[in-house]
Amino acid sequence: MELLAQQVLNGLVTGSVYSLVALGLTLIYGTMHVPNFAHGQLFMFGAYLSYALVMRSGLHYWAAMAIAVVTLAVAGAVLERVVFRPLRNAPHLNSMIAALGVMLFLEAVAQNIWGPEFRYMETPYGNVISFFGLPVAAHRVILLAAAAASMITLLLFLTRTTAGAAIRATAQDPEGALLVGIDTSRVAMITFAISAAMAAVAGVLIAPISLVYPAMGALVTLKAFVIVVLGGMGSVTGALIGGYLLALAESLGGTYVSATYQDLVAFVVLSLVFTFRPAGLFKASV
Amino acid sequence: MALLHPTAHTPRSGGPGLVPWAVLVAALILPLGLPNDYYLEILTQAYVFAISACGLNVILGLAGQLSLAHSGFFGIGAYAVALLATKAGVSFWLGLPAGIALCALSGYVIGSICLRSKGHYFAIFTMAVGIIIHLVIQKWESLTHGHIGVIGIPGPDPVGPISFDSTIARSYLALFFLALTAVAITRLVRSPVGRTLMAVRENDMLAEAVGVDVMAAKRTAFTISAALAGLAGGLFAGFIGFLGPESANVEMTFNMLLYVMVGGIGSLSGPIAGTFIVYGLSQVLAVVQQCQMVIFGLALVVLIRFMPAGLAGALRSLVRSRVARAQ
Repeated sequence: MELLAQQVLNGLVTGSVYSLVALGLTLIYGTMHVPNFAHGQLFMFGAYLSYALVMRSGLHYWAAMAIAVVTLAVAGAVLERVVFRPLRNAPHLNSMIAALGVMLFLEAVAQNIWGPEFRYMETPYGNVISFFGLPVAAHRVILLAAAAASMITLLLFLTRTTAGAAIRATAQDPEGALLVGIDTSRVAMITFAISAAMAAVAGVLIAPISLVYPAMGALVTLKAFVIVVLGGMGSVTGALIGGYLLALAESLGGTYVSATYQDLVAFVVLSLVFTFRPAGLFKASV
Repeated sequence: MALLHPTAHTPRSGGPGLVPWAVLVAALILPLGLPNDYYLEILTQAYVFAISACGLNVILGLAGQLSLAHSGFFGIGAYAVALLATKAGVSFWLGLPAGIALCALSGYVIGSICLRSKGHYFAIFTMAVGIIIHLVIQKWESLTHGHIGVIGIPGPDPVGPISFDSTIARSYLALFFLALTAVAITRLVRSPVGRTLMAVRENDMLAEAVGVDVMAAKRTAFTISAALAGLAGGLFAGFIGFLGPESANVEMTFNMLLYVMVGGIGSLSGPIAGTFIVYGLSQVLAVVQQCQMVIFGLALVVLIRFMPAGLAGALRSLVRSRVARAQ
């Protein structure tokens, strides 16, 4: 029973990360129709920034989080402006290839700066506490709460603010949004910034639990794609729920079925979905 | 929904002209002028990768579909040759066609399934397939030896009096297969199938509306592309002599993508030229080797923005503007 509870908790921790990353991916896809292959690398950069700030500059964990989130938000906006906006009217093949280029670039840059080694990152919440009678590292509980808080903030932003409404309008119908006077270029830039910031939150939160290394983003991107495709490309709720579901399936499957092929699960599920539903499970809706 | 830059290749009428022959003669002389075996090895590798890049160009450049499973087929071809030789004692000359056939078959089946998804979905789907192939190769230890890989793969046996033990003989063998590939693709482009593919690339809905079997055309392209990746993979295994799961890594696909993009997507000679430029530079320049992917990644982003048709495209528009000015 305790093993099950532990695995469910593990699933929720990983699921928080998956959902945060998938939310950004789905927002970008929804508003700009770009499959951002580099999204996991933004997540990885967030983790590295916090590692550098905490372990090398001695900053406090939450200060590092704030700096990483702001830096990545700016980087996301720059990426949109410099790389993706000029390709907006080009064939869709071009923006996909550009995204792949950004992906390779970011991972290689991280490897050049910090090396290929696995880096350990400290957390101020290393102590073990009792969580519903379960012994858990305090950082995991903090991660669950912080991830949930960021997701709720995002949802409130999307549903309660004018900027959020503009993002949703652009996702539903870019031309219509343009017609009613929404600056879709600005929307795209803001979307990219928010998405990158969410990826950074995920990266900084998971850094003390999993190790930090250049390739840590690659698998997360792919998992996020699986989630987004399952939940419907562009769907926010789909990404949110899908992230937790996939992580739970992985952690339970890894414990009770086979640990060797754990990483394969997601891709097999994706292939099965595409085999029977070539256009994904749901129609996109934000 | 034109997928490519307008200067992407469309078949010209008339003969091939003198250029291919000049290139072939140069390629035949080139190995004799190289100072040592190290450069010969690089040259041979470049030929092999160029075959694979040509294969990617068939599905990407001619049919306009971004397949990210390409290195998976390279891996299948390589492992087929390697395992047939080391486990069953099958000679390279039988293993190679077997590997190509296996790739063509799996390409046909996988293509039939993946190609039902379009655009972004196709790219994501094929990426998942590529990763599955890579992970299976890596984890299926009883067959592939996992991370350790396959060692001691015998090279090609002598054909009649010609032995392929020397580096130079192998480089000519690779050149032979590359030339064969180039001729085959040229014929494909100028055949009705090639025209159909380009119609699909430029506007698949219109093509479908006028009665083109779009699915069959794309599937043909995918199968040919997989078979060429298999040929390259088989040669790679036989020449190098050892093989690890990283040969099927998705990064290989990205390398091929860069070769095709630099040379000119959709052009006949582009992928070959691109392979030589990029792979050659990455091997010769120490600086490039150290931060190879930083440069590769940046190059992809810059190319797609400013030179989406690659060198071939830039050359073509240069010639065109010269001609226009002369008139």
